Amino acid sequence: MSKKEWPLWEVFIRSKQGLNHKHVGSLRAADSTMAIENARDVYTRRSEGISIWVIESNNVFANDSSESDALFEPADSKIYRHPTFYDVPDGISHM
Amino acid sequence: MEDKNILELERRFQEKIDNDIKIEPNDWMPDDYRQTLIRQISQHAHSEIVGMLPEGNWITRAPNLRRKAVLLAKVQDEAGHGLYLYSAAETLGADREETIDDLHSGKAKYSSIFNYPTLSWADMGAIGWLVDGAAIMNQVPLCRCSYGPYARAMVRVCKEESFHQRQGFEIIAHLAQGTPAQKEMAQDALNRFWWPALMMFGPNDAESKHTVQSMNWKIKRSTNDELRQLFVDVTVPQAEMIGLTIPDKDLKLNKETGHYETGEINWAEFWEVVKGNGPCNKERVDARRKAKEDGMWVREAALAFAEKRKNK
Amino acid sequence: MEKQKALYEYVLRLADDSLILGHRVSEWCGHGPILEEDIALTNLALDLIGQATSLLNYAGELEGKGRDGDALAFLRYEREYKNLLLVEQTNGDFGKTIMRQFLFDAFRKPLFEKLQHSSDQHLAAIAEKSLKETKYHLKHTSEWVIRLGDGTEESHNRIQESLDALWKYTNEIFYKDDVDSVLIAENIIPSSEEIKAEWTKTINDVLEQATLTIPSNNWIQEGGRKGFHTEALGYLLAEMQYMQRAYPNMTW
Repeated sequence: MSKKEWPLWEVFIRSKQGLNHKHVGSLRAADSTMAIENARDVYTRRSEGISIWVIESNNVFANDSSESDALFEPADSKIYRHPTFYDVPDGISHM
Repeated sequence: MEDKNILELERRFQEKIDNDIKIEPNDWMPDDYRQTLIRQISQHAHSEIVGMLPEGNWITRAPNLRRKAVLLAKVQDEAGHGLYLYSAAETLGADREETIDDLHSGKAKYSSIFNYPTLSWADMGAIGWLVDGAAIMNQVPLCRCSYGPYARAMVRVCKEESFHQRQGFEIIAHLAQGTPAQKEMAQDALNRFWWPALMMFGPNDAESKHTVQSMNWKIKRSTNDELRQLFVDVTVPQAEMIGLTIPDKDLKLNKETGHYETGEINWAEFWEVVKGNGPCNKERVDARRKAKEDGMWVREAALAFAEKRKNK
Repeated sequence: MEKQKALYEYVLRLADDSLILGHRVSEWCGHGPILEEDIALTNLALDLIGQATSLLNYAGELEGKGRDGDALAFLRYEREYKNLLLVEQTNGDFGKTIMRQFLFDAFRKPLFEKLQHSSDQHLAAIAEKSLKETKYHLKHTSEWVIRLGDGTEESHNRIQESLDALWKYTNEIFYKDDVDSVLIAENIIPSSEEIKAEWTKTINDVLEQATLTIPSNNWIQEGGRKGFHTEALGYLLAEMQYMQRAYPNMTW
C-alpha cells in the first residue's frame, strides 16, 4: 500500500471586496481544484471569504531566519523615510 | 564554540518568550520546545478528531431537525479544529499522516473524556455544557501561547467554539425543565460526565511532569488545578440554576476563599483510561483507523488522477 | 386532483428526497476518507437538511392540519414517505455515496433552475436558495466521479460497480403521475422531459470523462413516489424516529 500523501497547500482568503487575500492556514488536496473546494469547506464555513487563493506549500520560499538581522535591521536606522523625522513649523497645515 | 553558540541561541529564544514575542516556524528553537509542542498540538488535534465520534453517534438519532443541523455543524467544527491543529503541527515538521499513525498505533494520546460512551440524547447536552466548557477553559489561555501558528489556530478555534457550549447548555437546560423522563435523562448525563469532565484538566499540579517547563515556555499558561478550580466555580451555579445536582456529596462552597471545594477525583480511574482501559478506547481508535483504511483507495485514486492530468 | 393537494404531495416528494439523502450523508460525519472530505460531506448533509426543513414546513402549511416540519419528518409511517428509492440506498463505500449523490444532483440542478420561476412564490423562493447549494454539490460530485473513474484501476472498478448497482433506480427520477400533470398545467412545476434532457446530458458528459459505462441492463425499480420502498428505508426510519417514538409528545 502506498504511503504517499496528498500535497500540502497554503490557503489565502479575501474576506471582503477591497481587502488583501490573507493567509489563513493550510490543508491537504490532490490537485488545485480540490484544494480550492477544500478551502471553501474548511475555511469559509462562517462566511469568512469571497475569494480564495491556494498555493502548493513547496512553492512558497522564505528567507533564512538566521539572516533576519542583516535583512531587516538596516532599515531601522533610516528614520528619514518617515514623515515624523521632519520639523514643520507651528501654523503650517495641509502637510 | 558550538556549545557557546547554542547557549546564546537559547538565551535569545527565552528572551523573546519572556518579552511575549511569538516564535514562528522558521525561527531557531530548542529541540525540546519543538518536541513538546508537537506532542501537545497533535494530542489536541487527536482529541478533536476522536471527539467527533461520541457525538457523531447521535447525529442520526437527533430528536428534531434543528437539533440535527446544530449537532452536525458542531461535530463538523471539530473536524475543522482538528485540521487547523494538524496544520499548526505541520509547521513544526510533524507530517500529518505520521502524526495520525501515532494515534492509531496507540503511541499518541488524546483527551480521555472521549473514551466514555454517549448513552442518551442528554449526553449531547452534557458534552456541550461540561466537556466544551472545560475545553474552553483550557483553550482560551492558549490563544496567547508563545508559538505563533498554535496561538493563531487557537484564536480561530475559540471563536468557533463559542456556540458549542451554548448549544449543549440549551439542550440540557431544556431537558431539566421538561417532563420527569427528560429531567431524569439530564441528571443521569450529568452524573456520568461530571467526574470525567474534572479529569479533563489532567493530573494535580504536583503530579504533572511537564507543567513547569511548559509554563516557562508559555505553551501552557495556567496550571491544571487553577483551570479545574475555575471550571468548578462557574459550573456549579449553572447546575443549581437549572435544577440539577452535582454528583459530589463533598462539594461545598468555602466562604473564605469564595471557591468551591470538591471531593477527591478517582485518579486510579483516570490513569486506567489514559492507559487505554476506558469503556470505549478501543472502539474510538478502531473507528478512526477504519476510516483511514477505508479511505485509502480514494486518496490513492485522487493522487493518481492528479498525476495523469498533470502529464496531459 | 385539486391543486392544493397536488402541491402538498409534490413538496413532500422534494422534501423527502432532501431529508432521506441528508440523513444518509450525515452518517459519514466522523468517518470520511480524509478530514477535508469529511467536512465537505457534512456541508452537503447540512444543505440537504436545511432544504428538507424549509420544504417540510411548507408541506405542513399546505396540508393545513397543524403538522410542522418535525411532525412530518419524524412521525409518519414508512408508506407515507415519498422519496426516490435512489436516495434511501445505503452509503456503501465513498464511491457509492458520491455516485448516488451525483445521479441525484444532476437531476436537482435543472429542476431547481426551473422551479425558481415557479408560479408558486413560496416554492420558487426555496428553489432559488437551494439551487446555489445544488450547483456546488453537482460540481463537487462530478469532479469526484471523474477522479475515481479515471483514477486507479481499483477506484475505476469500484465506482463502475456503484453505477451498475444504482442505475436501476434512476428511471424513477422522472416518475410522473396526476400530481405532476395538475401542477404542470398551473405552471408550478416544469415538465419532466425538460429535466430529463439536461440530466441525460450531464450524466453522459461526466461519465464519459470518468471513463465509465452506463449499464446495458435496463431493469428498473420504482415505487418510492407512491410510498413503496426498499428494505433500506425501514432501518433508516427506525434510527431517525427513535427519540420521537420512544418519548412521544415531548419537545427537545
